[in-house]
Amino acid sequence: MANEITIKIDGNAVTVPAGTIVVDAAKRIGNDVPVFCYHPKMEPVGMCRVCLVEMGMPRVDRETRQPVLKADGTPEIDWMPKLVTGCTERVRPGMEIRTNSEKVKTARQEILEFLLTSHPLDCPICDKGGECPLQNLTIQHGPGNSRFLVNEKFHLDKHVPLGDLIYLDRERCIQCARCIRFQEDLADDPVLGFDERGRATQIVTFSEPGFDSYFSGNTTDICPVGALTTADFRFGARAWEMQNSASICNACPVGCNTHLNTRRDGLSGNFAIKRVMPRQNEQVNELWICDKGRFGHHFATSPDRLSVPQIRKKGQLVQATWDEALSLIAEKMQAAGSSIAGIAGERLANEDLFTFRKLIEGQGGKIAAFPGEMAGGDWVQQVGIAAGSNLSELGGDSVIVVVANDLEESAPIWWMRVHQAVEKKGATLDKSKASLIVLNARPTKAEGSANYAIHYAYGEETATVQALLRAAQGNSVENETLTAAGKAIANAKNLVVFLGNEGLDYADSAALAQACANLLIETGHVGKPNNGLIAVWNKGNTQGAWDMGLRPLAGTTANFVGKSKFIWTAAADPIGDKQTLPEDTFLVVSELFETATSRRADVVLPVQSFAEREGTYTSGERRVQRFYPAVPARGESRPDWLIFSHVQVRVGQIDKAPVSTSVVFSQMSKEISLYNGLNYRALAQTQEQFPQIMGEDKYYGGTAFENSAGLGVQVRTSADLGQKPASRSVSSRSAIDGLTAVLTQKLYDRGTLLMRSYLLHPRLALPVAHLHAETAAMLGVADGEDVQVQVAGQKGKYTVCVSEDTPQNVVLLPNSVGALNFVGAQPAEVVKIAETVGA
Amino acid sequence: MFTEIIKGLGTTIKHMFEEPITIQYPEERKPVAKRFKGRHELKRYDNGLEKCIGCALCAAACPADAIFVQASENTDEQRFSPGERHASVYEINMLRCIFCGYCEDACPTQAIVLEHDYELAFFDRQSAIYTKKELLVPVPDGGKPTPQQVAPGSFNWSIPPMQDAE
Ligand code: SF4
Ligand code: SF4
Ligand code: SF4
Ligand code: SF4
Ligand code: FES
Repeated sequence: MANEITIKIDGNAVTVPAGTIVVDAAKRIGNDVPVFCYHPKMEPVGMCRVCLVEMGMPRVDRETRQPVLKADGTPEIDWMPKLVTGCTERVRPGMEIRTNSEKVKTARQEILEFLLTSHPLDCPICDKGGECPLQNLTIQHGPGNSRFLVNEKFHLDKHVPLGDLIYLDRERCIQCARCIRFQEDLADDPVLGFDERGRATQIVTFSEPGFDSYFSGNTTDICPVGALTTADFRFGARAWEMQNSASICNACPVGCNTHLNTRRDGLSGNFAIKRVMPRQNEQVNELWICDKGRFGHHFATSPDRLSVPQIRKKGQLVQATWDEALSLIAEKMQAAGSSIAGIAGERLANEDLFTFRKLIEGQGGKIAAFPGEMAGGDWVQQVGIAAGSNLSELGGDSVIVVVANDLEESAPIWWMRVHQAVEKKGATLDKSKASLIVLNARPTKAEGSANYAIHYAYGEETATVQALLRAAQGNSVENETLTAAGKAIANAKNLVVFLGNEGLDYADSAALAQACANLLIETGHVGKPNNGLIAVWNKGNTQGAWDMGLRPLAGTTANFVGKSKFIWTAAADPIGDKQTLPEDTFLVVSELFETATSRRADVVLPVQSFAEREGTYTSGERRVQRFYPAVPARGESRPDWLIFSHVQVRVGQIDKAPVSTSVVFSQMSKEISLYNGLNYRALAQTQEQFPQIMGEDKYYGGTAFENSAGLGVQVRTSADLGQKPASRSVSSRSAIDGLTAVLTQKLYDRGTLLMRSYLLHPRLALPVAHLHAETAAMLGVADGEDVQVQVAGQKGKYTVCVSEDTPQNVVLLPNSVGALNFVGAQPAEVVKIAETVGA
Repeated sequence: MFTEIIKGLGTTIKHMFEEPITIQYPEERKPVAKRFKGRHELKRYDNGLEKCIGCALCAAACPADAIFVQASENTDEQRFSPGERHASVYEINMLRCIFCGYCEDACPTQAIVLEHDYELAFFDRQSAIYTKKELLVPVPDGGKPTPQQVAPGSFNWSIPPMQDAE
């Protein structure tokens, strides 16, 4: 290739792309230069100097400009008199590097000796102990002895909370600035910095609340010492004592690859998830996970999980055996004939959804995915982001469109990766930046990095995307920004659209999905890698539900179930979500926890959480990924699919239940054409990834990053298979008049599962009603006042927050936080609480 | 043949008049060697604070996987040990232990010591698991039991300097 450069490291030649850093080049030939401040995902800063190497360049004759050759024909090398940092030096033609000379070894030893003068050496109690780069490199490269006196060590505070989630140990910090750079360059939450000077230099946070970032946990992973620890794991276990089980985060559609680190809890005797760590998957989450994925796991091991089947007898739910419960269900199911409705929560695994559908449809009943409020899954199957895509590859020839969602709140890691594509602040050879078009009714975090930010009024989403398409086709549209954005799309090689449903009911959401699909099809951005549609679902496995052939509920639950005599809800809580179910029906609920719906049920079945069983989830990018059991099952709980299969046996649909999840998957991959050819073994395949995180140099000293359990498989869309999807005309609506309420997604909502992570409680979203100053004045309410918001017949108490960011005549309410639950943009009434009390 | 019988009886008679070496255990006990490795004890400092900092290095060193340690954080209101961390759960399974003493060698604070108690017999497996309750030595005279309430900032070493090491 043209842009390749060959250099010699310790006499061995290595050829790497121009712009490569010397330590990376060395790594390619298995030479691990020690590093602390360098991180493969971030631009180098050269702060710690442990990577010192000798560097030489060919001597050039000043007259002829030709390299001077030695007698044997090799170039004469001029070695720099001083050492250089290998992490900041980029390769140059003819360069030679020595990484193992006495000079280099001595320098390394001295750097380590100096680092340790301010380091407490409390490895026995340090959470990083055992997976600590400083420990590893000191053993490998350090001096055996220090010339400094241990009693003269510099002492600093050891327990400084940087917020509710992360603690700083000041004396352990080696000032590598990895955490600061991560927050600034990658997470886009610049909330950390250095304070003071010299030996007193310390990390401080300057946000309120402290360390206010959805990505804060990652800094504890990349901190090369134990200076940053999480409140969740602090002193929880030693690194080598825990078991690693590969898992998939199901809290949002990104589908981050994780490891669950588990150990017996000495007090309760149960197995506990001690911490959740990212597992490297360069196509999904790279080396990162968000704090919801990291700290939101506590529901799985929560003591109030359901653990035995219950049957309603004389009005009371009483404990029963599985046999009784399943027989009763089968009996009632057969008695109901085809008057059966299944409601499947969108966080169920693919195997559960598949079996549930078989069971219900096999009896002639109907089944839908719950809440099923967003459309577009069918379009994702046709023009979704193509197989073989990787958001990290988006560069100057790419355009990213984010429409009707707040990407950071809905899918934090997608936002992080989009941000990197657009800003290119992290380490990458391709520094050309992708363009970002953000379409929303209100400002969101993504707008800060957007090249084109367009605000529409709620209701005009589809019209705006249609206008964008017209602009991309070379027409001029009223809005200048839209015209320019359209031009950018017309010139782009790659186009990725992140579709949301903020302020949209099902029909509008379908229209918007259609408009986005049209945009992709008409501009020719389908069926090739790094192009296509990504739906930002509100649940973790919504795409899986679409792929399993379930249709979204799309409306009220009462409408869907109608007069069904038998209703089964699995991982869904319609009553808690302000829906109604008919009274005179036989209600079966399979759940993790007691919910409003389960309190009404005739049979309640305890199910296993994702940490207790195996299965697959399908991410928003249509990557089918496996998760594995990590802890023993709670009580008598069973996996959802097994429960459905047992009932299938009892109603005579099948002879015997499948023996394992993989058998269900094989059957599924035969019947679901999109998944043809997939099996558990294919999903468990891995390949070498760059950066290689597990080398001797230990960017990270532990084992949790390593992905040996599978990268999953991104299934192909019909466009990938060569079919030509056609765009269809779509009608759009106009803006809505009057005061309108809209629910906005919050990462830390108050859902049943997240509420079990007490650690996150101080960070959970509050029931706040956002209003524009003028709207608030018009309504006669002021900032901080309590109001009653009435939408679609429901009432809820909220506290007013006046912000300029809220569009006029709109009241923004956090989803799954306050009392209200509705879809789309709805007419609202807002009254001061005092008034209602007085009236 | 006759002489052989006499010889044999002679041996028997000789032993009849030898002083018996049988010890009337448990009434009578032999002292053990000074460095005998018997049941473990978790030691305290003179002020009553526990020496164990919950580092689990003993558990890591143990070839028989007999030790389980779970740590928690000290506060100045509830202080078990000097420094930041203490063992909130400490278990040794005496059925697994091979009394090698590696745990003692591994301990950075000399908190665990194999002492001279060898009377380890159990009716069930559960009672073979010794917990902090059994392992921790009594509070020395002049010391206070743990948890102690101490003045803020009195213990700012993460690992205590090894005073009064035995
Ligand atoms: S806290 Fe850790 S990551 Fe941050 S500067 Fe200090 S050593 Fe580096
Ligand atoms: S980004 Fe989504 S999938 Fe990844 S850890 Fe966070 S919630 Fe889980
Ligand atoms: S004496 Fe040996 S076997 Fe027994 S607990 Fe200690 S390290 Fe383990
Ligand atoms: S006994 Fe010693 S080695 Fe074991 S946990 Fe306590 S301090 Fe650590
Ligand atoms: S200076 Fe190169 S790794 Fe720190």
